Amino acid sequence: MEVTLAHYLAVSGILFAIGLAGVLLRRNIIVIFMCLELMLNAANLSLVAFSRYRLVEGLPNFNAQVLVFFIITVAAAEVAVGLAIIVALFRARQTTHVEDLNQLKF
Amino acid sequence: MILFGLAVVCMRSPVSSAMCLVVSFLGLAALFFTLDAFFIGIIQVLVYAGAVMVLFLFIIMLLDLKTAPPRKLNILAWSGGGLVLIGFVALLMKVVLGDPGLAIPKPALATDNLNDVKLIGLTLFTDFNLPFQIIGVLLLVATVGVVVLSRRELK
Repeated sequence: MEVTLAHYLAVSGILFAIGLAGVLLRRNIIVIFMCLELMLNAANLSLVAFSRYRLVEGLPNFNAQVLVFFIITVAAAEVAVGLAIIVALFRARQTTHVEDLNQLKF
Repeated sequence: MILFGLAVVCMRSPVSSAMCLVVSFLGLAALFFTLDAFFIGIIQVLVYAGAVMVLFLFIIMLLDLKTAPPRKLNILAWSGGGLVLIGFVALLMKVVLGDPGLAIPKPALATDNLNDVKLIGLTLFTDFNLPFQIIGVLLLVATVGVVVLSRRELK
């Protein structure tokens, strides 16, 4: 059986769904953050798959791969800032459980 | 890879979640290699499996998190979340696997040895020069922001 574009997109979609499940169902803020990374990576996989299957003059479409490069860079910056916020939050509240953080709840 | 991705969500302790995420990212890098995206695959291993996950493990160690004690589950939230997920996956599979336009075989490349680092570099510094520099500024801002955030409160 030959691997087609649809298979890569299906794997990417399943990975995205797993990340979404983590964000929706888990209650630990660090695990939620890791699942966000998983979702970003699923998007990257579909971008790279499209770049390989839609050739431009016999070469992969490098615009998509440059976009993936940018996404990875921004995600790394986001992880750094997010983890700094989590550390500050933990210092103030001694918890990483999102249901204990209900100060803004109406 | 998907198995370990699933394990990230299911594991009770954050450390095992993080380790499973590393394996999942390595599997994703292998998929990038099968797609002839060598540069992206290497960046994936270095930045994600290396730097980002070490940062995660470091923070978990710093905060000294214990395995989550079992809590009372919010049934409404769980069933709502599950419903959204099942709908999402079903719709996605129907679209992706049902569309004949997406079931195309992998086209052959024009060259045998793909010099993709050079080609990505060319694209990055010609077509995407301005976004590239903006990304540099963004990284600088993020660095300054992290320093400000992690500094102790001044009186």
